[in-house]
Amino acid sequence: MASSDSDSTRDTVPSALKILVAGGFGAGKTTLVGAVSEIAPLRTEEVMTEASYGVDDLSGVESKTTTTVALDFGRITISDSLVLYLFGTPGQERFWFMWEELSEGALGAIVIADTRRLETCFAAVDFFERRGVPFVVAVNCFEGAHEYEAEEVRAALTLDPAIPVVLCDARVRSSAKEVLLTLVTRVAERMAA
Amino acid sequence: MQAHDAFGPGGAPGGPPDRDAVGGYGDAAQDGPDGGPLVRPYVIAQGRDHADTVKLDMISVVIAAKRAEVDEMSLEPEQLRILELCRRPLSVAEVSAHLDVPVAVVKVLISDLLNRGLALARAPYTAKSPVGRDVLQAVLDGIQRL
Repeated sequence: MASSDSDSTRDTVPSALKILVAGGFGAGKTTLVGAVSEIAPLRTEEVMTEASYGVDDLSGVESKTTTTVALDFGRITISDSLVLYLFGTPGQERFWFMWEELSEGALGAIVIADTRRLETCFAAVDFFERRGVPFVVAVNCFEGAHEYEAEEVRAALTLDPAIPVVLCDARVRSSAKEVLLTLVTRVAERMAA
Repeated sequence: MQAHDAFGPGGAPGGPPDRDAVGGYGDAAQDGPDGGPLVRPYVIAQGRDHADTVKLDMISVVIAAKRAEVDEMSLEPEQLRILELCRRPLSVAEVSAHLDVPVAVVKVLISDLLNRGLALARAPYTAKSPVGRDVLQAVLDGIQRL
């Protein structure tokens, strides 16, 4: 739709990019978003349609079910013409329909791995792999949680060697920043490839 | 038509408003400044046909038109709030969060403002208009500055 913007609109209204932050409950999604966001994370509700995509036939409308999902998000103003939004998205498998809608046009995704419950990020990893959405895995190192090596997590998730795994502390800005930089660098590499 | 004249954003002196801009004002003629329905947003959202809503994304960025003459009586209170909030550029999601109104409803309210020429919106990058290297570099630099 950006192609239909007039030049004058382009001058006055910045355009936006989004990065998804996926992970199970309590994995640290909103914490990571809050660590880098210039605003306190906001919450919005989106009604999501649970139906297969590519179906535009209105006759099927009644059979679609909708679910309201709360999303926390933050904002980073890159320049006068560019704003980056970070959306925390629930990591459970039953929310796959939402990732589909959210991942549309996303620059990439951060999957937060909680080593106490590593299985909670399997579905998100599968989804982004299948969809070809560039992603990185950020291992949130909770206090008191067993410290894992990045390679152990990579093996447990059977990740492609090209996919970066970063250890982080989601509460700390410099650490969350590093995760973001790793992701954007990954996006750039894929673009060059 | 007031709404049409007001549509031209600042910074484009003399340039005619582009009919293809997101938030084209096709509806303005029918709705007029005083033709707004006096019903609550939820009613509007549910009663509105999809066809006359401008396609807005959760991260479409919205800004109030600078020189628009606003007939406050013809707008929902929430729409007046939106125009106030959007004196600086805000995404649909941010408007939704600030108003505590679901995204779907906010989209309808904003779409109506766009059709009346009271606001401008810019679509986000999509798969069809992917980011270029320069944009990626800007993002990297921006994150680096945090």
